[in-house]
Amino acid sequence: MKPIRTLTALAVPLDRANVDTDQIIPKQFLKRIERTGYGEFLFYDWRYTFAPDAVEPNPEFVLNAPRYKGAEILIVGKNFGCGSSREHAAWALNDYGFRCVVGTTFADIFYSNAGKNGILLCRLTEDEVNTLMARAANTPQYKLTVSLEDQTVKDAQGFSAHFDIDPFRKFCLLEGLDDIGLTLRHEAELDKFEAAHDKEFWLKPKAANAIT
Amino acid sequence: MSAPQTLFEKLWQQHLVAEPAGEPALLYIDLHLVHEVTSPQAFEGLRLAGRKLRCPDRHIATVDHNVPTTSVHDRLVIADQIADKQINALRKNCADFGVELFDVQAAEQGIVHMIGPELGATKPGMTIVCGDSHTSTHGAFGALAFGIGTSEVEHVMATQTLPQSKPKTFRINVEGELPYGVTAKDIILDIIGRIGTDGATGYAIEYAGSTIRALSMEGRMTICNMSIEAGARAGMIAPDETTFKYLYGRRFSPPGFMHTTPQTDARPVEHRSTIRSFAVGQTAEPVRDLWREAVAHWRTLPTDPGAVFDRELTIDATQLAPRVTWGTSPGMVTGINNRVPSPDDAATEADKKSYASALEYMGLKPGTPMEEIKIDAVFLGSCTNARIEDLRAAAKVVSGHRIATSVRAMVVPGSQQVKLQAEREGLDNIFKTAGFEWREPGCSMCLGMNPDILSPGERCASTSNRNFEGRQGRGGRTHLVSPQMAAAAAITGHFTDIRNWNFNGKEAKQ
Repeated sequence: MKPIRTLTALAVPLDRANVDTDQIIPKQFLKRIERTGYGEFLFYDWRYTFAPDAVEPNPEFVLNAPRYKGAEILIVGKNFGCGSSREHAAWALNDYGFRCVVGTTFADIFYSNAGKNGILLCRLTEDEVNTLMARAANTPQYKLTVSLEDQTVKDAQGFSAHFDIDPFRKFCLLEGLDDIGLTLRHEAELDKFEAAHDKEFWLKPKAANAIT
Repeated sequence: MSAPQTLFEKLWQQHLVAEPAGEPALLYIDLHLVHEVTSPQAFEGLRLAGRKLRCPDRHIATVDHNVPTTSVHDRLVIADQIADKQINALRKNCADFGVELFDVQAAEQGIVHMIGPELGATKPGMTIVCGDSHTSTHGAFGALAFGIGTSEVEHVMATQTLPQSKPKTFRINVEGELPYGVTAKDIILDIIGRIGTDGATGYAIEYAGSTIRALSMEGRMTICNMSIEAGARAGMIAPDETTFKYLYGRRFSPPGFMHTTPQTDARPVEHRSTIRSFAVGQTAEPVRDLWREAVAHWRTLPTDPGAVFDRELTIDATQLAPRVTWGTSPGMVTGINNRVPSPDDAATEADKKSYASALEYMGLKPGTPMEEIKIDAVFLGSCTNARIEDLRAAAKVVSGHRIATSVRAMVVPGSQQVKLQAEREGLDNIFKTAGFEWREPGCSMCLGMNPDILSPGERCASTSNRNFEGRQGRGGRTHLVSPQMAAAAAITGHFTDIRNWNFNGKEAKQ
């Protein structure tokens, strides 16, 4: 996982609420067994038009506007990432080049998946997000500076907002840490817990085979 | 005496491996369910790091998302090569890492959230995870069950634990007798409509109240299944006699004796000369009654009187009408007796915009009576509503009728067990005679990963859980309903109030 500290990058507004993970990456692309290569299918149904014999970029969709090419920050409406648990959504955002998503609220599982892929999710107030959404739509080459260390989002027009983040998540993102390694620091506790827990056969999936 | 605890609090405490300061708690995971779509990258991660599964017996795998449902042949020789490759990857991974796999031809195969309970692998008091958001289904048994991403799948495989921040608790009390024609599906759709698709984000829900207690396990699973559609981390229902009766005698349930009056029964726990002891060649040594021991533990799980929740909501079930969704999110739902809302009805500017774009996508005009919306397709299936009780209820509606000529309709039983049971009861013939397709088990058109999809513009009455744009196929328009309502719509060709249904030419309510 790539560590993230400070990012200054072009921001693109996706002014929709309740964007679900089916929209972020539709099911037909979940059959692959790799973690990479999902970027070209990000927001597939919105990003392309589907004539009977040709799939073409949809000029109406914001990501296809030349002025947003190279954007690394996505500004979104409330409850972004709801629905399916597919981590492919985080993989697709990452693969496309997004390192940070700014919104008001994010769905639980998506929030966790994003963190595990080094994508920073910034929760701001509705007013703050509305301001950024408008500025990103109206200002050419609109850039945001996100600092994870300071927990701030700023722009060149004087906007500055603070976002909250769980200290442990912040630490993992800053360091680019692998969760399994972190958990294995507790291996002695785990061994002890498991030895006692395993006697509770009613909590074993295969309880019928648990005791002979 | 210790402070009164909620069901959730008990499950949480009993699975705490470590609580490092300033970090999420480390929770032990009793059962991980595996399917083909969200697991390959996790197994690959283990391989690359040279890791093994910590407890292979705590993982159970099946194939469901990708498998064709058209015929046994199509499932054994899968035409879609990418899907076939993914299913073969699961076979190899399960063999390499020692996970029991219920493969496509197994008598136990089915949607992952169907087979956990059917096998008796899902039990009260457990923590259960799966790389699928509808894992909340298993909460119906009094388990803490939630969906996870693929990185977390890998984490559970390697460590049998997950770091988790503790959710808040939310009790939803549903009280009163359900009116005629109103089902568990209508309860949960109503709840999502009230609190919104992010209404329970950050919470674990416990469903309680007299209506919930009166539901079968099937109905309880339908409700817990859709907890995620309200944003909840998990949904759960305290275990009771209904739960125990469902689990007794199942393949992975603890063996023993079901006592008819268990609470007052004071007979000794040990029994002699059971079939089990003969089977393993033992003589008349005492055999532990594991079932009885398990039930004794499970009875300690329900929320203590006086336990406090972070949030509570009470719903009067007697006032509910059958529900139909009209938009592109499960919270966009109304009664069958109502009309399609207008963006002007929305409370906020953001909602107005969502309403307008949903109506445009759905091709609906504000003010249209829900009953006048015509449909092209009916999907009876999914981990929400493809259990035997659902098929029985739908068959009762269908019996003696034929589907409308403009409609294509399919029944996709949730599992091989459900399919077999339905065939024993002759339900397949009722559906086939009425013009439904009778399919093999799988996730099918709930998410359309396999060839079962809607065409652009097609409108579907579906018993599944998500009406997101394109969920059932790009441009497809999904309306979520109960199995009864889906069956009635298949017959008439438009949404129809099941409360006025003419059952097989007889009076309603018979």
